[in-house]
Amino acid sequence: MKAAVLVFPGSNCDRDLAEGFRSIGAEVSMVWHKDTSLPEGVDIVGVPGGFSFGDYLRCGAIAAQSPITRALVAHAGRGGYVLGICNGFQVLTETGLLPGALMRNGALKFVCRTVGLRVETSESAFTETYGKGAQIRLPVAHHDGNYVADSEVLTRLNAEARVALRYTEQVNGSVEDIAGVLSGNRRVLGLMPHPERAIEAAQGNTDGAAMFASLTGALALV
Amino acid sequence: MKARVHVMLKDGVLDPQGEAVRHALSTLGFEGVNGVRQGKVIELDLDASDKAGAEAQVDAMCQKLLANTVIERYDVEILT
Repeated sequence: MKAAVLVFPGSNCDRDLAEGFRSIGAEVSMVWHKDTSLPEGVDIVGVPGGFSFGDYLRCGAIAAQSPITRALVAHAGRGGYVLGICNGFQVLTETGLLPGALMRNGALKFVCRTVGLRVETSESAFTETYGKGAQIRLPVAHHDGNYVADSEVLTRLNAEARVALRYTEQVNGSVEDIAGVLSGNRRVLGLMPHPERAIEAAQGNTDGAAMFASLTGALALV
Repeated sequence: MKARVHVMLKDGVLDPQGEAVRHALSTLGFEGVNGVRQGKVIELDLDASDKAGAEAQVDAMCQKLLANTVIERYDVEILT
């Protein structure tokens, strides 16, 4: 399995995400934002957390216009897998690969703690191993994770079971407690929590490991 | 030619920062402030020499980068 992790100026979870992919035996390439193409044969692209371009203009807005992001959008258009975490989720909404937007947290505070989540669908390469309804805990660390979408988008997301994760506690004011959403073809996931920070016992929590384990099965079939 | 873009959250999108400013104003004793919305002003210095061309160019910039039209609306003002 081949994975690529995009690196923007200000990305700071890129190496953690690479370790996540390596934990399931993937060969990982780090790809700089000025590159115009992804390595040949990449199965999944990770868009990491951090503060790309200093969050200037809007979180993820400048990264969404980077040369490598055009290659990312083309990869998703070909049915490729994409995992965007935290700032990566913001980048994916800014490109339009995922619907909605992420605004400043409702209470205006930067939230940095481990929160409760419920897995809302097992029908994705990212959540299969958890199973629907699984209660997990993952770290969050963000200032702009307040998911918003209009009622039409919410109706569609719910009808198509594309809300992958919901918070089980008040975290950032997200509409319907949405923490992560899937694309129409279910191969692009964006989420605010950090599964890559919870894959080894040394991190104090291994609830994120099942997300990477899920990918092993799905990507073995690619 | 210069242009000025005002980017504001759409009506109906809750503005947590505007709300915080409203609370702060009330704490300072400014009464009767029923709402505060916070936005951005972006000024552009353009090569364009005709107004219509500049307006179309800035509109395209707003659509592509300067505003997130999922949550924001924008107004373009061409200044001489």
